[in-house]
Amino acid sequence: MKISKLLLAGIGALALALAANPAEAQKKYDDGASDTEIRIGNTNPYSGNASAYGVIGKTIEAYFKMVNDKGGINGRKINFITYDDGYSPPKTVEMVRKLVEEDKVLFVYQTLGTPSNTAIHKYMNGKKVPQLFVATGASKWGMPKEFPWTMGWQPDYVTEGIIYAKHILANVKDAKIAVLMQNDDYGKDYFGGFKQGLGKDADKIVQVATYEVTDPTVDSQIIQLKNSGANAFFNITTPKFAAQAIKKAHEIGWKPAHYLNNVSASIGAVIKPAGFEAAQGVITAQYIKDPTDGQWKTSPDIVEWTAFMDKYMPQGDKTSTFPVYAYAVTSTLAEVIKRAGDNLTRENIMKQAASLKGVEVPLLLPGIKINTSPTDFYPIQAVQLSRLKGEVFERFGDVLSNEAASQ
Amino acid sequence: MATTVSSTGTEAGIQNVFAFIRRRWLWLLIAFLALLPIIGGKTGYISNFWFLQLSLMIVYAIAVLGLNLLTGFNGQISLGHGAFFAVGAYTAAILIDQAGWPFWATLPMAAVTCFVAGYLFGLPALRLEGHYLALATFALAVAVPQILKYRHFEGFTNGVQGINIFKADPPFGLPLSSDQWMFLVVLAVAVLMFWIARNLLDSRTGRAMTAIRDHAMAASTMGINVPRYKAVVFGISAIYTGIAGALHAIIFEFVSPDSFRFELSIAILVGAVVGGIASLPGAVIGGVFVQMIEKYADALTKKISAAVHLPLELEPWTIYGIALIVLMYTMPTGIAGGLAALWRRMRRS
Repeated sequence: MKISKLLLAGIGALALALAANPAEAQKKYDDGASDTEIRIGNTNPYSGNASAYGVIGKTIEAYFKMVNDKGGINGRKINFITYDDGYSPPKTVEMVRKLVEEDKVLFVYQTLGTPSNTAIHKYMNGKKVPQLFVATGASKWGMPKEFPWTMGWQPDYVTEGIIYAKHILANVKDAKIAVLMQNDDYGKDYFGGFKQGLGKDADKIVQVATYEVTDPTVDSQIIQLKNSGANAFFNITTPKFAAQAIKKAHEIGWKPAHYLNNVSASIGAVIKPAGFEAAQGVITAQYIKDPTDGQWKTSPDIVEWTAFMDKYMPQGDKTSTFPVYAYAVTSTLAEVIKRAGDNLTRENIMKQAASLKGVEVPLLLPGIKINTSPTDFYPIQAVQLSRLKGEVFERFGDVLSNEAASQ
Repeated sequence: MATTVSSTGTEAGIQNVFAFIRRRWLWLLIAFLALLPIIGGKTGYISNFWFLQLSLMIVYAIAVLGLNLLTGFNGQISLGHGAFFAVGAYTAAILIDQAGWPFWATLPMAAVTCFVAGYLFGLPALRLEGHYLALATFALAVAVPQILKYRHFEGFTNGVQGINIFKADPPFGLPLSSDQWMFLVVLAVAVLMFWIARNLLDSRTGRAMTAIRDHAMAASTMGINVPRYKAVVFGISAIYTGIAGALHAIIFEFVSPDSFRFELSIAILVGAVVGGIASLPGAVIGGVFVQMIEKYADALTKKISAAVHLPLELEPWTIYGIALIVLMYTMPTGIAGGLAALWRRMRRS
């Protein structure tokens, strides 16, 4: 009698467990995800020659603090683990291995720099750990067939290079073009797109100078470019060198039509240090709102961003576009995590990231939306040209998409 | 009666064990390390990342040993051993990546390349003594990353982007991860290299090396061909550091010019001095120091200043600097020398 009661209780418990199971079964976790937490890994240059970008990592950290204060995403807190790699690829390799193998993060997000991401590209795809929304616009991040675990976010450099080339051909008379580029895949990618955009007019490039990211200055390169007699200048540099180039060109009285790549299109980090006077007329391509531009002052996303900066980054520079960028890209990630729901596997994260259709993200320029698909790993593919006038970049012309650029 | 006998028996037994440990501590240590992948891997206490860290420590120990042979035992100063480290690393990476060699076959090749490079560099450098040699080697260390980036070598070196390679999986279906397997390989190579170094130092050649260090003119009078010995020692030293470089490339799976900036040469020198120059155990300590302190001083500084709520912001390398100064004042002959002195004092008292 007693035994049968026990048996009955056992069966009852089993039935309960089975009944509870279907609900449980929908929750799927890989390393780094649980009922209460999602671990995300990152490397950023907090020190070294590219340390101007470090504010991106700090903003992302602050963003997740805000998210966690509001209760997290789907009830889970975000644990954002970020390490300094000093923009040095071997250091990135070591830190990313630590993130994946020691900290056991669900995925790696916004690792910064073309050389650094190149160094971990094969590793991430070999380990099948997402390398999501990397902070570089090299065109190689959008190759879902060969590298299904890697995705970029910002407009790719090739497209941007093409747009500048078209603009020079249409607007600079008898163009003689000088190019300054960082000697790595980032520089080469821009330059490749630029030459593609020039097409048969590629011989209008009269001088190309390169620098290493470890160099102290680019002064001698600028003098060399001036002496080539060029009247148009494509400036493919990271912030510190961009500021040096603008300043030096102004000092030696070289006044070409100056095209500055978007990665350095920051009032706070580049134009201000170089001097506003030196930078008048510099043209760049933008896809996010410049916080110094008065016309956005009352737009809801900038208001939201300003409140965020005041509360979570009180020492942050509100004239720099880098915190804007970080806020926009992390909003995109938050959307991806939200859509992944309780299925927090690495596979599902990539699947969600690759099925964003016309998603609107705060702080992007009007008319620019996020679009991805299993065959399209380029989330943003549109930019708008703008020119520095006074202390702001003034946008002109239409929003140019990839298709428009390659026409 | 019976109890006393048995108790002295266990006492003697314990003493025997201690004596055994004292005599064989080195072998026991190596055996323990060799068993680590099985203990740690199975229980999961030691992650693959930690095996990589341990492997890197051993790799730097070999590199520091190379500089020890040159500076500690032969009296030649080099500020450029990072260059040989780079040559070894790139030799291995290029052979694996482009010629498809198995990883173990690249080690002898790296040794040969580095010996030739070291010997050739050693020959003209012999005319330079002391500080001048230090500066010449320093120039080498500064030049190598630039040479690796040189446009016309890009076909081989892949320029600033560096070369990605993949670690070998363990053979014969051994139940180890590739990090654990490479740890065993690195350990075996290190044991072999240290064994060779000890025998070399115990030989005629070794005595000639130290004689040159202590008094070159006297050594020459005794019939030692000083220039030749110096060049050969330079070559041998380069072999050690080059093999360390090759192992580094293999376990790290990545080489780039930025991996071998001149800071690496300084790190190896600091490792050699801190560990204890002219000491084989010192090289091991130096290797651990290079990997741990150098890599984590930054994080440690942050943690400590956060833990004690320091009102001022410390620079990233503060702990490293303080550790170096304290070490050099308290243990001027390096950690190995300091520990030996401490041991002697304890035994006397």
